[in-house]
Amino acid sequence: MPDVFPPDTVRCDACPVLCYIKRGHAGACDRYANVEGQLVRVDPHILLDRAKSQGTPLVPFLEREGDWDGKIMKGQETFVTAIGAGTTYPDYKPAPFIVSSEVEGVDMVTVVTEGIFSYCGVKLKIDTDRHLGPERNLVRAQGEPVGHVTTAEYGSQMLSLGGVHHLTGGSKSEGRVTCETLLDLCNGKEVELTIDEGAGVRVAAGKPPVVNGQQEERMRVGCGSATIGMFAKQWFGKVDDVVVVDDHITGVLSEHQAGKLLGVRETGIAIQGRRSTPGRYFQVAEPGTGWGGTNISDPLTILKPFKTKFAWPRLRLLMVSTTGEQFAYYELDEALRPVEKELPEALRESVGRIRENCEPALTTVLFMGGAGGSLRAGVTENPVKLTDSVKRKLTRVTCGGAPAYIWPGGGITFMVDVTRMPENAFGYVPTPALVAPIEFTLKNDDYAVLGGHVDYVRPLGDVLKEKERQRQLTSHAQNPWPLKPRVESTES
Amino acid sequence: MREPALIRMLPDGRRLHLHDGPIDLIVEADGNPRAMSAAYESAARRFVSILDELCGELPLLRSRVQRNSQSPRGPVAQRMFAAVEPYCEQCFITPMAGVAGAVAETVLESMLGPASLDRAYVNNGGDIAIHLANSESYKIGMVERPDRPSLFGSLEISAENPVRGIATSGWRGRSFSLGIADAVTVLADCASAADAAATVIANAVNLPNHPGITRVPARDISPDSDLADLLVTRGVEPLSQFEIDAALENGLRIATLLLKKGLIHSAALCLQKCVRVLPDTPTLSARFCRDGPPRRAVRSENSSATRTHRKDELACLKCNSASVSS
Repeated sequence: MPDVFPPDTVRCDACPVLCYIKRGHAGACDRYANVEGQLVRVDPHILLDRAKSQGTPLVPFLEREGDWDGKIMKGQETFVTAIGAGTTYPDYKPAPFIVSSEVEGVDMVTVVTEGIFSYCGVKLKIDTDRHLGPERNLVRAQGEPVGHVTTAEYGSQMLSLGGVHHLTGGSKSEGRVTCETLLDLCNGKEVELTIDEGAGVRVAAGKPPVVNGQQEERMRVGCGSATIGMFAKQWFGKVDDVVVVDDHITGVLSEHQAGKLLGVRETGIAIQGRRSTPGRYFQVAEPGTGWGGTNISDPLTILKPFKTKFAWPRLRLLMVSTTGEQFAYYELDEALRPVEKELPEALRESVGRIRENCEPALTTVLFMGGAGGSLRAGVTENPVKLTDSVKRKLTRVTCGGAPAYIWPGGGITFMVDVTRMPENAFGYVPTPALVAPIEFTLKNDDYAVLGGHVDYVRPLGDVLKEKERQRQLTSHAQNPWPLKPRVESTES
Repeated sequence: MREPALIRMLPDGRRLHLHDGPIDLIVEADGNPRAMSAAYESAARRFVSILDELCGELPLLRSRVQRNSQSPRGPVAQRMFAAVEPYCEQCFITPMAGVAGAVAETVLESMLGPASLDRAYVNNGGDIAIHLANSESYKIGMVERPDRPSLFGSLEISAENPVRGIATSGWRGRSFSLGIADAVTVLADCASAADAAATVIANAVNLPNHPGITRVPARDISPDSDLADLLVTRGVEPLSQFEIDAALENGLRIATLLLKKGLIHSAALCLQKCVRVLPDTPTLSARFCRDGPPRRAVRSENSSATRTHRKDELACLKCNSASVSS
């Protein structure tokens, strides 16, 4: 026996093998693991308890073992999720749990299985105006390519991570790191990413992103031009001109339609960049992590000298970013050069208002995966019928009880917001591929029609009796209850 | 907190699932109902003491076996020891190389005591002990990597065939391997012998000092691994055809030797979509590759084995485990 171990090694006492488990690894059984120095059972089977009220704390099953029996047999209030259900690989047999329960007089069947997804990834929406990197550039974790920069959306930058080419198409370590990154993001953990020729970000589902070490607080209220439109009235009379600095469209009050309508006097201001329409400028600077998603830290660098024909000494100028996080106030001196002054009280309010109107900046993580042939075979003997049934909305697809968006077109390709799933709902296999829970819920009759494994259907009560490996959680307050029968049918 | 052993029937009502610590068995018996229930009861009774029995002398079972090594006391451990002893002078080996097969065998034996069964199997994560009476047979399906499950090969073992054990070893599996084979599946007289032989052959499928192979001391991953500071395989970059052939030849040399000594009946070696089958008989090759003749089969110059190159994923014996179906 070795006698010296790294300090974060734990000794598992779940069985007499008494494995020493290093941080981040599992024991010989693959069921217990060392997660950040703690011994953790990695495969509890999770049941969702329908939330009666919001904010009910999560109750681990074992803590309420005493009052379990006889109390929760009321079928429709408990939904068996696929988390920890296991798969039938390599058996190729019906899914581990096919559960029936009666809901409002309709027999519902839920087929519960954990899917192993090689075809999967996450779509990240990072609320930020800062430039994270050029579109199409690689996104890396631990130096390995794990995805790429895709489109910029309103107030946010989208990243696409994972996918089969990174998981299994590249080097072994690319696959491993991609799998690890996806797993962490899906389980709500923070991940550090770098973008080629771009920024470094730290992101976690449902948390504010951290860009180059700086935490994002707010999304922008609108582009620079929109900001002018929204606040022109509040500025009128209190200041002679306003520039809202924005990497996309920088707005200038005196030239903008909104300013013109109010009768704002021409100020002779001159802006770097390409003029789009009056008072709206593209490309005032390079994209970056400074003011309004540009690379500037001194806003005066986007100004050219004032036109002497229009400008006047003591002209009052406010420069502000689209989130109100950065602002500066100037007055022109006798030579018509801006000199920074303290922001007058009257303008402080409008800057505060911009900030108030910005929503909290978050990172959102959508897991996207495709349910392949074998997984569907666990549900029915004729897999294409399941696809068909899902498309016709006779079968509801959930992931750990959370609703899944099914992409139109062939196959069952779905997306789910990981923050609506129970924590640590995802696992992995060393292939590498992700293990995600997936449940198919449909009417008993429909299940028989699509060639389901009806002989394997077990009443909910029976499943609940196998309590030694179950954990009961409260369902997410915003999720529709998975067993609710569908009223509408889009069948034509 | 010690978890109790799990004993339950699977939802199909036919198969018994036994689980304790790292041991996970699927058991199925065929016979008259009385014999079946007697067999299952006996299996469960025997099963619950196995883990404690093994753990009682774990340090010894994790130590290298050499010519004059002390033999263990427990009956399961003795099977493990017997299975690895033939290799102890040629290579580093510990009784753990035969643990999965030995456990399967022990449980199967306990079932046959009180009951006369037509056939039965105990599947310990792909290492399978089988019993066949009279004219019974089993069809063994081989499954590729668990993320792409589909049967890509199958073989039939009938009562008159001496094979009673099947095992698979490879670096992608749960246990460590010193070699780079994705999977080596071995048929032998008993499961423990198949288990040890698969380990030895999979270790031999190798390219020493190849820069594209990631190797890590076993202890860096599992501090108490029986392989201690030996380098175990954690990653293999795509190899050229020449390299694949060379690595497989290394494994085949050992496998041929074991075949001659009567330690195994046959073996299938798989590395990056290339499969070699031993002994090289058309019936056996056909048995290992279900979907017709290989697309391209060439005679290797220095071996009698058939080499098959298959581009498609299904044709690869990259199984981490085999499943039994009837």
